[in-house]
Amino acid sequence: MFYREAGQFKTSYGADQAVFPILQDRVFIALWLAIGFILVPLVSTEYLFRAIFIPFLIMSLAALGLNLLVGYCGQLSLGTGGFMAVGAYAAYNLSVRIPGLNPLVAFLLAGGVTTVVGIVFGIPSLRIRGYYLAVATLAAQFFLDWVFSRVAWFTNNSPSGSITAPPITLFSLTFETPVKKYLLCLAILVLFAVVAKNIVRGRIGRVWMATRDMDVAAEIIGIRPMYAKLSAFAVSSFFIGVAGALWASVHLGSWEPLAFDINRSFSILFMVIIGGLSSILGSLLGAAFITLLPLLLNQLPQWFGIAISTAMISHLESMIFGALIVFFLIVEPLGLARLWHIGKEKLRLWPFPY
Amino acid sequence: MSFFLEVLIGGLMAGVLYSLVALGFVLIFKASGVFNFAQGAMVLFAALTLVRLMEILKGTFSPFLLALAITIAVMIGLALVIERLVLRPLVNQAGISLFMATIGISYFLDGFGQSVWGSDIYKLDIGMPKRSLTLFESVFEGGVLVPGGDLVATLIAGLLVAGLAIFFQKTRIGRALRAVADDHQAAQSVGIPLNYIWIIVWTAAGLVALVAGMVWGSKLGVQFSLALVALKALPVLILGGFESILGAIVGGLIIGAGEKLSEVYLGPLVGGGIENWFAYVLALLFLLVRPEGLFGEKHIDRV
Repeated sequence: MFYREAGQFKTSYGADQAVFPILQDRVFIALWLAIGFILVPLVSTEYLFRAIFIPFLIMSLAALGLNLLVGYCGQLSLGTGGFMAVGAYAAYNLSVRIPGLNPLVAFLLAGGVTTVVGIVFGIPSLRIRGYYLAVATLAAQFFLDWVFSRVAWFTNNSPSGSITAPPITLFSLTFETPVKKYLLCLAILVLFAVVAKNIVRGRIGRVWMATRDMDVAAEIIGIRPMYAKLSAFAVSSFFIGVAGALWASVHLGSWEPLAFDINRSFSILFMVIIGGLSSILGSLLGAAFITLLPLLLNQLPQWFGIAISTAMISHLESMIFGALIVFFLIVEPLGLARLWHIGKEKLRLWPFPY
Repeated sequence: MSFFLEVLIGGLMAGVLYSLVALGFVLIFKASGVFNFAQGAMVLFAALTLVRLMEILKGTFSPFLLALAITIAVMIGLALVIERLVLRPLVNQAGISLFMATIGISYFLDGFGQSVWGSDIYKLDIGMPKRSLTLFESVFEGGVLVPGGDLVATLIAGLLVAGLAIFFQKTRIGRALRAVADDHQAAQSVGIPLNYIWIIVWTAAGLVALVAGMVWGSKLGVQFSLALVALKALPVLILGGFESILGAIVGGLIIGAGEKLSEVYLGPLVGGGIENWFAYVLALLFLLVRPEGLFGEKHIDRV
């Protein structure tokens, strides 16, 4: 009923290859964009922006980046936090050392720096795979953590190791209120999501997927594994680096190395698993889920008038995360995105199930 | 020279302790092909259960033995639950999703253990010697100080390895375990019950975790950082190879010694604290030369 696509004829190759070939999808996306850009800024409070929307948008970007690597190319990485830190510190150093640098340019350059670091740590993937690689990426995490807490140059010789980002000024517009920050993040996320969608639809995306499904077979049919794996590490690191730069300078404002520790890596991996491996939409759903769950857990006992200590809440949180990971892996390995897909199939026939 | 030896021996002793944790990983990997990220959480959980039960059972005739028996029962129960709820539904899934499932288990156990038993630091006293021994007094001036607790730990690790080696090589169940690790389906088709094997393996890993938890716990106190010890055991694994018990031991010794020596001799040059990543980078560089680790099996891929 809602997704009836009878009568929507494609008369050109272009139309057939469109990102959203069905009219309903296009309407839906337009609706979501309208909600995001117009409705939310109108009705939302400052607290909601700070606590939910901005973290959600930036984490979506990071999850998107990791999904390109884990979901599409099959290279499990546990070093996301480290790469985010690279982006954060690169953006900070660029804006401190080059006065008058446009923050957007700084973010992009930070992504570029992260790309280089990501490729360096991606090199082992050419020889090792699977668990060995997962452990090897932990090396990146620990090494980068150490570098940023010990080498004073990166923190501009700040004695405590914590950093305060300079305010963001774009074309004489200052992004100081949560609403403006939100809009900036949203615009960047939409842009990157479109880019990601088109990358995975294209040649590189297919190369990645072939490598993921069976790298030896892919090599035999003429895919260069070095090109496939390193490009996945490069693109993914770029996304994650930009996300790290945004997280540090837009969301946190001031931060210390602890902001990008190994728990950050795991929580982003959870977003990818729960949201759905190899799905752009899934990255967003997963990020929304993981951002909202702790807040919900904090609020729920209060609504029911039960007093639970904060320590207990954090234990409950990790229990629920753990259980959910196992649950999703068993019941729905393709995550929330798959649920959305099933819902769409149902809506096609609604109200007449077969 | 005596300082060097002291650092070296200290490193080797620490390495033995890493090996203890790494052994749990190897056991499960060798016997079921699952890379168990939850080993660290199991170490913490076992140690917490033991230490808290000892507190509860204080009035009885032997709090330690009673608590130990109950903890062993709990670890067996844990193996049963994990097999039933996590592994059985995931039979024949890709290794990477099993790995991610164990990350989930690890998070769950961390939260569960601490919410049941509390999250303070608990002192575990099981009679490990506190005194330090002085060796080679005749050779070097002042001798070489070796903590007694570490010596006992080394002894325990040695016994454990010997026991496990006999178990794997000589017993019927050991053979079945190796068969399952080789190929799930083939093992099932010759009549090896997969579920039963998995329970045995996870029980064994749980017991190794308990031993590691006892040794580490009496050294550091039982607290959340025990779960992080597992992160130290990972480079040991990749250095030694995932399938090799010997590899876990040798890898542990190399990592332990390398880590302490580098901290003492290289650390001051670059600002210290390199212990945290040195093991990983060492293992990483090693992997570039030998991707299957020191004693790992070389896999041949067929299309």
